[in-house]
Amino acid sequence: MAVIICTSCTTTDDGIGDYIPTPSRLEVPTLFEENIIPPIIPSSNLQTEEGVALGKLLFFDPILSSNNTLACADCHATANAFTDPDRFSDGIDGRRGTRNAMPLFNLAWNYNERFLWDGSAFSLEQQAFAPVTNPIEMNSTWQAVVDKLKQDTTYPELFRKAFGTAGIDSIRVTKAIAQFERTLISSNSKFDQFLRGQTTLTPQELNGFDVFMDEARGDCFHCHGSDKNPLWTDNAFHNNGLDTTFKDLGLGAVTGDPADNGKFRSPSLRNLAFTAPYMHDGRFNTLDEVINHYSDGLKPSSTIDPLMKKVALGGVGLSPTDKADLKAFLLSLSDFNFTNASKSQP
Amino acid sequence: MKTHTLLILALLSIALACNDDETSPQTTSSSTITFNMEHTWDDTTVSSNDFNTLKFANANGETMSITKLRYLISNITFTPTNGETITLEGYELIDLTNNTNLNTGILGRIPNGTYSNISFTFGFNNADNYNNNYQDLNSALWNVPGLLGGGYHYMQLEGKFIDNTTTEKGYAYHAIRAVDNSGDTQKFEDTFFTVNLGSTTISKDTTFNIAMNIAEWFKTPNTWDLNVLNTMLMPNFDAQLLMFQNGQNVFNLKSID
Repeated sequence: MAVIICTSCTTTDDGIGDYIPTPSRLEVPTLFEENIIPPIIPSSNLQTEEGVALGKLLFFDPILSSNNTLACADCHATANAFTDPDRFSDGIDGRRGTRNAMPLFNLAWNYNERFLWDGSAFSLEQQAFAPVTNPIEMNSTWQAVVDKLKQDTTYPELFRKAFGTAGIDSIRVTKAIAQFERTLISSNSKFDQFLRGQTTLTPQELNGFDVFMDEARGDCFHCHGSDKNPLWTDNAFHNNGLDTTFKDLGLGAVTGDPADNGKFRSPSLRNLAFTAPYMHDGRFNTLDEVINHYSDGLKPSSTIDPLMKKVALGGVGLSPTDKADLKAFLLSLSDFNFTNASKSQP
Repeated sequence: MKTHTLLILALLSIALACNDDETSPQTTSSSTITFNMEHTWDDTTVSSNDFNTLKFANANGETMSITKLRYLISNITFTPTNGETITLEGYELIDLTNNTNLNTGILGRIPNGTYSNISFTFGFNNADNYNNNYQDLNSALWNVPGLLGGGYHYMQLEGKFIDNTTTEKGYAYHAIRAVDNSGDTQKFEDTFFTVNLGSTTISKDTTFNIAMNIAEWFKTPNTWDLNVLNTMLMPNFDAQLLMFQNGQNVFNLKSID
């Protein structure tokens, strides 16, 4: 018996009927599949080909800003692993915030679904809401954005195909962007290739990995993982000894718990070659500055993480060789394929 | 004070198809087993609400706090008075910090009958520690570096303390299999241990209320001096043996419901 499946069976030629979007599975890299639990895909926003394509279009389109000059991609640039090379991003009026834009990749494996530096967004969808109306970012209103999208010649049809029915609202906009963001998967660094047996590391990179994994030296693994976790972050919140007193409370401002003051989410150590400047406030321009901070520059405070050792001395005092080797290893986590044109503007 | 409990419903994943064993006395029915893990500082209940405050006094006299407590138990074993020992597959990573058991969903039943002992392993035995790649534990960054033999942590207990110069310092009391890297070849010593809960008869759904006295990690038989042993304990062979010794007195069965 022949069964004819019509993937757009209820669509009329005038494009106003319903549509069945095409399911789209995330391409889970081998190292991820072998070593960590599956990604988080909310049942209320399953990935579809049409949804991802729409999200990509929206991500790169300045239509989301009030004066049509600023897109998500302006602060999350492909070439920079979807972060901003500037310490603080420029909003549409030239105003700037106080935090560095976070890079965007492997977001579906943030199991706690706490996003942004301070964990104030509880899902990717929720995160996408804020920049549109933030006065120092896109400075728009959702009503204005939705009106512009409805008046556009292409978006109404794209929304209908992405969500099955006609209609545009803020929820659909953020769902589509979140779908696209979940496809930003970085998994082909030199170290990934080394783990897959496709290349070798230099002696310097290998020693750098040992420094990273040595509790008496780098001790980076407790918060940033190991060769058994390709995310290179715990996505948890820590005070890593940047300040004695806090101008930015970080997680503490979200929870209201003083014990969380000065804590920020651990960023992934992937793609550091592209994501300078570093830390939540972009205070360090180079990896050398970052390594020097952990080695010699720790500052005591009431909430500093217990894993920050020898704080009174500023840190464990890595040797110049260990610092250089650690840097070489960290750079081996950069995925040059990820920043190529495949994810760039549609 | 909110009492924290972690419920572990144990899965009987081995085949229960031994009903044709006519010598076994426990073949007619089964019951759900629950491990309810509680935590104390001596006689005072501890929950995550007590974290991040310098409120505990250890046996050596330091005032200290807890900021993180995660530990692993495995090999939950039921030894019947007559019949084959039943060892549950799986493990539990108990995370008091976040009030979660990261390996949820272990549910199952145990044949009713009399058991001369019920036990579990603190940490992993060597076979479980080295022969498997646990995706959930990797996701929880529970691994031990290859430099230290690989495998997985048994416990991460972290916090702050006031040292003998009245300075607040951090500690990271991490338990792993002891390894001595000082020679040409690595020398290991096992530091997982079995916690025996004693005998009982199971005739209905049963909850074992098990308490970890956190203070004991610092008390018996070794009075722990945080001024000396506070961080970088994973590569410290002798410190791992001290943890192992103190761990023997940490768990106790409070009640069976």
